[in-house]
Amino acid sequence: MTDVPNIKIDHLTVQYRSKGSIVTALQDVTVDIPRRSFVSVVGPSGCGKTTLLKVLSGVLKPTSGDVTFDDQKLGEARLSGRVGYVFQRPLLLPWRTALENVALTSEIARKQMSAETRLAEAKRWLGLAGLAGFENKLPHELSGGMQQRVSLCRALAFNPPILMMDEPFAALDEITRESMQEELLRLWQATESSVIFITHSISEAVLLSERIIIMTARPGKVEEVLDVPFPRPRGEELRASAPFNELVQYIRHKLRQSQLGLAGAA
Amino acid sequence: MIKAISRVSSQIAVFVLFFVAWEVAVDLLHIKPVILPSPTQIFESIIKNWPYLMKHSGPTAFAIGAGFLFAAIAGFIIAVGIAYSRWISEVTYPFLVAAQVLPKIALAPLFLIWFGFGVTPKVVIAALIAFFPIVINTARGLQSVDVELIQYMKSLGANWMEIFFKISLPWSLPYIFASFKIAITLAVVGAVVGEFVASDTGLGYVISYANISLDTELMFAGIFVLSAIGVLFFLAVVLAEHMMMKWQAAIEETPQTA
Ligand SMILES: Nc1ncnc2c1ncn2[C@@H]1O[C@H](COP(=O)(O)OP(=O)(O)OP(=O)(O)O)[C@@H](O)[C@H]1O
Ligand SMILES: [Mg+2]
Repeated sequence: MTDVPNIKIDHLTVQYRSKGSIVTALQDVTVDIPRRSFVSVVGPSGCGKTTLLKVLSGVLKPTSGDVTFDDQKLGEARLSGRVGYVFQRPLLLPWRTALENVALTSEIARKQMSAETRLAEAKRWLGLAGLAGFENKLPHELSGGMQQRVSLCRALAFNPPILMMDEPFAALDEITRESMQEELLRLWQATESSVIFITHSISEAVLLSERIIIMTARPGKVEEVLDVPFPRPRGEELRASAPFNELVQYIRHKLRQSQLGLAGAA
Repeated sequence: MIKAISRVSSQIAVFVLFFVAWEVAVDLLHIKPVILPSPTQIFESIIKNWPYLMKHSGPTAFAIGAGFLFAAIAGFIIAVGIAYSRWISEVTYPFLVAAQVLPKIALAPLFLIWFGFGVTPKVVIAALIAFFPIVINTARGLQSVDVELIQYMKSLGANWMEIFFKISLPWSLPYIFASFKIAITLAVVGAVVGEFVASDTGLGYVISYANISLDTELMFAGIFVLSAIGVLFFLAVVLAEHMMMKWQAAIEETPQTA
């Protein structure tokens, strides 16, 4: 894939204004997301992780600062069809079946694709996510975790060069979660797309990512950006190893500090 | 299934009971037909006057249908304006609320002066009173679309047409059809009132003419036929709703929380 850009986030600040009050969700965030990397974002609830993805996907306008894709500013960059965004909520269309929901993305972002190809691709992804046989169910007939998986398939089905995922596995059981992680890694390695991945699970972040962005509590700032040194494939042995757990403990410590408001003093 | 049959038969039983009670009451209390005819007398009158009633049903049905259609089209367009333009919504909302409160039926005599005798005033009245619930509900439906769903579409690079037709419109259909059901019954009222004051055709005219000539049986015959037309229109809306929103029916079929 040639259209995977380097993403540079430069002094990004985002404020929400509602009825007189101003909430600063992100403050002066500067970070690089190299092309074809797997970057995780961890941080306390409400620190602006979702906000960051919304800005990067072009949905939300930053209050100040810049985001550039290669050399293009966010506003000018033609993002359409390049970003597969998995929202924190499943956000399925209640009137569409699981299959039609998955096909929605390619319907919009891959217009040259024939309808049959779209549906075949959608069906294949549902199968990979363990949802074979549920293609014709409406969202309200699916469990929360199944809806989340449909939403995941929807983002993957059109093969976007940049994947933005907001706690995509939060609603899944341990085993399904692991198989979805493997599937995601396989996809990322095969296509060499960029993945920006939000999670509350530190070990998940360490297991999956090349780079982890640790954020502080409100207003969200970047506490630390660290690179994960472990070689792939990262299997069971790594999970049980001392360096793995040291890194997990280190990140946990950082997060706890920032949540207690000690980050500045430390 | 058995539940459905027992429900429908109970519903029919209520109607039967009502008409039997009516029949018996008229009979026992010796009420004169000119005051209140019995259901059988009304039925006889319907049979006797069938061609006459049919001749006048056409114009009424036309006025209801045309009034509703105008209201639906204009209501939808204005609702889109209100939903997508802060300015339009702020400027028009007080006016719409005021107009909603105004008893539009009271304007009927005025429309006779403006549009003359005939088909125009009744279509206008029917359209006018059917219009407001459509505007208000449709605008509310369009405004209630999940903001994040629209953000999701934007992240895919969807244009406004795709967002409107793939998201906003289907999302609003339950609101739109709820308003159509109200509007179609209001259109019946509007068309008939229009015929009361400004027409020499239609069931409204038949009813008011029968009233003046003290033919109460014919008056009731007209009311019955009018009700049947109203029910048919209502069922047409329900049918359209079912065809366009099969998924909604599927949701309603799932077990409800106790
Ligand atoms: N639409 C909005 N209007 C006003 N404030 C908002 C809005 N969305 C988010 N915020 C505020 O911005 C801050 C960051 O929110 P955001 O959703 O980005 O957090 P998050 O890191 O994704 O949290 P979580 O882990 O709980 O999902 C929060 O304090 C929240 O109250
Ligand atoms: Mg979030």
